[in-house]
Amino acid sequence: MNLYRDEAVVLRTQKLGEADRIITFLTRNTGRVRAVGKGVRRTKSKFGARLEPFMHVDVQFARGRTLDIVTQAETLSPFGEAISGDYARYTAGTAMLETAERLVVEELEPALQQYLLLVGALRVLAGGERDGSLVLDSFLLRSLAVAGYAPTFGGCARCGAPGPHRSFSAGAGGMLCGSCRVPGAATPAAETVVLLGALLAGDWPTAEAVDPRFRKAASGVVAAYLQWHLERSLRSLVHVER
Amino acid sequence: MVQDLIDELGRLPGVGPKSAQRIAFHLLSTDPTDVRRLAGVLMEVKDRVRFCVTCGNVAEEEQCRICRDPRRDLTVLCVVEESKDVIAIERTREFRGRYHVLGGAISPIEGIGPDELRIRELMQRLADDTVTEVILATDPNLEGEATATYLTRMLRPLGLRVTRLASGLPVGGDLEYADEVTLGRAFEGRRSVDD
Ligand SMILES: [Zn+2]
Repeated sequence: MNLYRDEAVVLRTQKLGEADRIITFLTRNTGRVRAVGKGVRRTKSKFGARLEPFMHVDVQFARGRTLDIVTQAETLSPFGEAISGDYARYTAGTAMLETAERLVVEELEPALQQYLLLVGALRVLAGGERDGSLVLDSFLLRSLAVAGYAPTFGGCARCGAPGPHRSFSAGAGGMLCGSCRVPGAATPAAETVVLLGALLAGDWPTAEAVDPRFRKAASGVVAAYLQWHLERSLRSLVHVER
Repeated sequence: MVQDLIDELGRLPGVGPKSAQRIAFHLLSTDPTDVRRLAGVLMEVKDRVRFCVTCGNVAEEEQCRICRDPRRDLTVLCVVEESKDVIAIERTREFRGRYHVLGGAISPIEGIGPDELRIRELMQRLADDTVTEVILATDPNLEGEATATYLTRMLRPLGLRVTRLASGLPVGGDLEYADEVTLGRAFEGRRSVDD
């Protein structure tokens, strides 16, 4: 048997046949991997509980002809328990998993930065000390940045003129100065732009210092930006409880 | 036309675009009588089998066998994901109340939120004071837990007893695969959900 081992986060599970599941992982070394978990829906399965969404595991695969097979799984961090016990966090976390799955486009192509970002974000979400919706928005922006779609919330996205600027265009890649602005650009409040910049930078003290009433507008900008860069919209985003 | 077929098949659970295409081309090359038989079975199932207007369980009449049974305890309601979970729990002979079948679990990644399940119907059933205890018997896996978390939050303000099956049911599995003894014990040892 050709075995390999990796660390991974479970992104999604789908029922397969009578008692199996197809499990989509984001792994540390091999990127996105789909593998079969045999018998994991049986309540006697020795590792079914470790192969649930959000779980951070040390996993061993056996190469198969079409799909690889999970042969071992040990828990590294049981994020699932903390996340499923809080509905708002569960919906925010699900949107993270779906985003990671979509932004890591090719199977088996290493995506270490996306992996580290996801593990970090799930840890914060499961910890419950920060607002789940903010954690999600920060993850979405940073995940887009890692995928090569970093927005600019400071200088002008077109000409680079130093900010702050007033217009935002997803298509143009961020904030635009007075002379670069395009028709139909949004004009978010200055505080919203500060919040967005802090979320992209992972600067929590600044993000949490912005009045919470600007969070909703920031989420709207993030959603619009994400939408622009994904072919199909995320299914889970509309279900996120803000 | 062929694309319509592929699109329809692609809407089935667990069928991705590639499989949909493969099934479609398989059907195109299949003997017409076989296809007609498949279409016939699909229509017959749709005509004959329906869902209980009260609890959502599969039924061959307007109400299912359990809802029609006058000996069942009206004060206890057991919430499950699927009709096959009703069968699993009935096998334990531990439960004498009635059921409410949600039609699945909350799974945002599959586009299933609370509105896609029979949660509104559940709240309507609880509007009068007949039911005094709701047992949350969603699957002991992540989506089942998250669904129970959501329901707990909806039900707590109603002032009735909300219970969850006792742990001992290994996390990760489907309720339908729990053996009678384990499931029966989980019912006996159910605990109030309190925060
Ligand atoms: Zn019924």
